[in-house]
Amino acid sequence: MNAPILLNTSHFEQPWTLGNYLKVGGYQALRRIIESKMSADEIIAEVKLSGLRGRGGAGFPTGLKWSFMPKNYEGDKYLVCNSDEGEPGTCKDRDILRFNPHSLIEGMAIAAYTMKVKVGYNYVHGEIYEAYERMEEACEEARKAGYLGNNILGSGFEFDLHNHLGYGAYVCGEETALLESLEGKKGQPRFKPPFPASFGLYGKPTTINNTETFASIPYIIREGGKKFADMGVPNSGGVKLFSVSGHVNNPGNFEVPLGTPFKKLLEMAGGVRNGNKLKAVIPGGSSMPVLPGEIMMDLNMDFDSIAKAGSYLGTGAVIVMDETTCMVKALERLSYFYFEESCGQCTPCREGTGWLYRIVHRIETGEGRPEDLDLLLSLCENIAGRTICALGDAAAWPVQGFLKHYRSEFEYHIEHKRCLVKA
Amino acid sequence: MINIEIDGKHLEVENGSTVIEAAHDAGIYIPHFCYHKKLSIAANCRMCLVQVEKAPKPLPACATPVAEGMKVFTASEQAVKAQKGVMEFLLINHPLDCPICDQGGECELQDLAVGYGGSASRYKEEKRVVLPKDIGPLVSAEEMSRCINCTRCVRFGIEIGGQMELGQAFRGEHAEIMSFVSGTVNSELSGNMIDLCPVGALTSKPFRYKARTWELSRRKSVSPHDSLGSNLAVQVKDNRVMRVLPIENEAINECWISDRDRYSYEGLNTSDRLTKPMLKQGGQWQEVEWQVALEYVANGLRQIKSGAGAEQIGALATGGSTLEEMYLLQKLLRGLGSHNVDFRLRQADFSADGKQAGVPWLGTSVAELNKADRFLIVGSFLRKDHPLLAARIRSAVKHGAQANIIHSADDDLLMKISNKSIVAPSAMVASLAEILQALATEKKVAVDNSVQPLLQGVAASATAQAIAKSLASGERGVILLGNFAQQHPQAAQLQLLAQNIAALGNAKFGFLGEAANSVGGYLAQAVPGASGLNAAAMLAQPRKAYLLLNVEAELDTQNSQQAIAAMQAADMVVCMSAYKHQGVEYADVMLPISPFTETSGTFINTEGCVQSFKGTVKPLGETRPAWKVLRVLGNLLKVQGFEFDSSEAVRDEALNGVDVLSKLNNSLQGLTVQTVSTTGGLQRVADVPIYASDAIVRHSAPLQATQDAMAPCALMHSDEMKKLGVKSGDLVKVNVGQGSAKIKVSADDTLPDGVVRVAAGHAATAGLGAMFGSVTVERV
Repeated sequence: MNAPILLNTSHFEQPWTLGNYLKVGGYQALRRIIESKMSADEIIAEVKLSGLRGRGGAGFPTGLKWSFMPKNYEGDKYLVCNSDEGEPGTCKDRDILRFNPHSLIEGMAIAAYTMKVKVGYNYVHGEIYEAYERMEEACEEARKAGYLGNNILGSGFEFDLHNHLGYGAYVCGEETALLESLEGKKGQPRFKPPFPASFGLYGKPTTINNTETFASIPYIIREGGKKFADMGVPNSGGVKLFSVSGHVNNPGNFEVPLGTPFKKLLEMAGGVRNGNKLKAVIPGGSSMPVLPGEIMMDLNMDFDSIAKAGSYLGTGAVIVMDETTCMVKALERLSYFYFEESCGQCTPCREGTGWLYRIVHRIETGEGRPEDLDLLLSLCENIAGRTICALGDAAAWPVQGFLKHYRSEFEYHIEHKRCLVKA
Repeated sequence: MINIEIDGKHLEVENGSTVIEAAHDAGIYIPHFCYHKKLSIAANCRMCLVQVEKAPKPLPACATPVAEGMKVFTASEQAVKAQKGVMEFLLINHPLDCPICDQGGECELQDLAVGYGGSASRYKEEKRVVLPKDIGPLVSAEEMSRCINCTRCVRFGIEIGGQMELGQAFRGEHAEIMSFVSGTVNSELSGNMIDLCPVGALTSKPFRYKARTWELSRRKSVSPHDSLGSNLAVQVKDNRVMRVLPIENEAINECWISDRDRYSYEGLNTSDRLTKPMLKQGGQWQEVEWQVALEYVANGLRQIKSGAGAEQIGALATGGSTLEEMYLLQKLLRGLGSHNVDFRLRQADFSADGKQAGVPWLGTSVAELNKADRFLIVGSFLRKDHPLLAARIRSAVKHGAQANIIHSADDDLLMKISNKSIVAPSAMVASLAEILQALATEKKVAVDNSVQPLLQGVAASATAQAIAKSLASGERGVILLGNFAQQHPQAAQLQLLAQNIAALGNAKFGFLGEAANSVGGYLAQAVPGASGLNAAAMLAQPRKAYLLLNVEAELDTQNSQQAIAAMQAADMVVCMSAYKHQGVEYADVMLPISPFTETSGTFINTEGCVQSFKGTVKPLGETRPAWKVLRVLGNLLKVQGFEFDSSEAVRDEALNGVDVLSKLNNSLQGLTVQTVSTTGGLQRVADVPIYASDAIVRHSAPLQATQDAMAPCALMHSDEMKKLGVKSGDLVKVNVGQGSAKIKVSADDTLPDGVVRVAAGHAATAGLGAMFGSVTVERV
């Protein structure tokens, strides 16, 4: 295993301090681009070369996103970091905020320099107050040391970063809902287009990236995009943090190159608990379709491999379920989450998520009807792809995935009014 | 223009338009709920999903911009499946209580459910219940379970009304439309939310459970309550007005009406309607036949004419009377030999009479207000006096226009005000003069000689300079004189200054007409001319006989106390009114005449648009249309030329085939300018509250239950209150002229120093003297 890149300060007792970050080459990338007056085009080219794709779930190429920002726009532009990590199973950004906050600050400062932005916001998930406090401290350290503020490293380059604590709505992880919330409004997604690059925060051009995406930038600039890309596999450049949770012996965040076999990742997490048999894995956060264990054991953890198998890499939150798991119960829990977190703005999600949950709940409690499974699939078709944001998809995909691979368990539940799995 | 194809139809459409606009323009209907042409795009209902070639999933037609070569299928399998899917979701939690729902029969959800809904529901779970909300006396939110969360009402509030009074609280399935912390919806435009609501969630509170929509006949009418002339659909059942809705007229009211237009009908059938002619004999009122009453009036007028002389007869009409009524009233008076006729009851300064090139009017078309880029609004309680004109100006401001204000009160207009000069009434002329001077300096041009005396000793303040800069930097400026400016004792000077500012600033200038027929009254010649007395003079120099057309002298005049005194001193007062009002104290004859719903007539709105309408219901009881009453009076008095057999014939004679627009001209020439020295002490600022503006609205119970109809207070700056040693809530005695009123005092720190704001047009302040001038406040 190579030395960690994203959590490169983790060997220190206090990995979050500026002093320790500087010891591992921190802020060298920022200093270099400023001192060498590296052009925006050169930086974007380097980021494109790195193959870095957004780490927030959608996997959009970061370099390309940066190039969408209008170059000659007169007036305010904004940079926003999406640290509203709410997808169940995902806890990677929290560790960056807590243990390596300066990598995020440096990444954002580089992005700001590239896109000529003076103000950035870091929208932190409402439930992780201590991470927000840690970020506030880190920003203050950075300001004092001249890495943030109106004269960064004495160059006249101006960028300041403000942290904003959310209020715990899952939907605010959707970038336009996040912007609404940041503006002080009710957090609900905007219809796109226009996209944030032309109409973002306060209606101004805005670039939004995930925490981990920004945190990858300093390494890419410092060591070169190619080096980062080469660590991963084609079309999935670099390293990634995977949050492995569920029925494993050693759950946690693991930084590995993209393309690492799932088998290896499972090993790093200590294998399935109690030596149980692996039953199923949700590979990319709870909204992604579930895959049976035997399929997963042959897959590599990169964007293309997982997509080919019928799911998505998403946020890289790997939820492991062993043979004791009742798939009906598991889906009931997931469906409840999306029902509860729907913003209520558009019809299919507002009305459909509750309906999905109630049907799954009925099946779980022995009230299922034979026609329920087809009804569920029909409702999923009417929700997915019909909503303003992807929360509709996020509610439908788990249902579709569970029914695709475990329909017989649901049928058993309906017929026998009890669980196939003996817990 | 770009080329697209919708359902196989080749269309050339404007670049930047949306698929739904292109489709609707081409006559292809796409089902929708949240989309509304006057509101921003929300794309939340998802009903308008259509198939677009090369798009992987159906797209909302309301939010999808057209693109060259785009192929859209609105009724393909994919599109219809998506639309039906959305309809199913909309219906699962909808109560489907159509048989008891007021919206039944005119419900967009019901209509579309016929086309896109299933015959039975696959939803077998419990339905959501949303608790009822009390949001005030006008809009019912009793059945919020019916709401489909389209947010049209919310967007209307923010975008048209100017304030967010309703919002969507909570999340997901728990999302609810509600007011902020159980507040009421107080917008003067709130009723439009009912029209916008595609379901029966927001309905009309006064109309609730009164009738089914299919029982109602729909008759066209025109609003008598303000000078816009909103087009109305008066809905009638069993010869009774049950409801009033807007008729869309893009040039006038767009698709909106104010709450005053919508709910005034509730005042039409109240128990104090006058339904039989009445005579006062020996101090006792007696109901009599029309013949008796009219002969009594004719005899009385004949006697006064032959005894004291015709000039002892005066006639007053409200500006909300029809063109025909006012024409016949003045014709009758002039036939008797008197020119004492006027409809400008709240005007104080008549020095512009005879010096005005034509009929005062808006100076521009109503629709052009939306396109103006600079406004200077002088003396106007804009939102309350002209609710929909205010909405147009708000829309212009939203699109970048700058609004500048000169006024003696600073009510929130719910739009961005660029500059404002809030001064005492006596300082308004100087304040406007400062702007003229600043503008002349800005433009480096000389000011016309006629207005020079008003500029002596005037030094432009920073605000005046900012307003001048604002006006100078625009291309389509409009200067508007509001009701307050028209009622001001130096109204003509304000007009002269506005005219000069407009000339220097290449702007238009005009009047926000005070009443439905502010233009029509002039065209009906219901003004005294050179040889008669104007409204103020008729009251200051009491006549022996008064004919009052729709006038409640104590509420509708500039000087209530003087009006009451004049009426009480007269030998004969004839009240032509729809109501038994305070006139019973001073009148000798009460003649029941039709309100606008019971007569045909014509209003000429503030931009000069002539709008005739027919009666929508039969007159109540023995009530008769005033034009018929006046016609018979003319016959009885043997006045020539009273052989009309229709109101149209009266109108045609009144307008005499002239092009109305050619008669409109605000230009003022040859005014002798006299500067007025101000007296010390407190000055009165009087507004006419929105629901006190005419007799019909004053009788509408739901309107009288709104916040806007709260009993008037004496409003003062808290500094002034400190000087008097009073605090908010204290009862005070307000003295104006020889009249006084006991009302509560309340602090309003947006008011300038030296003024007390005391509303007119309200029973609580009737009896006070003039609307302008000095006022004293005493502790009681």
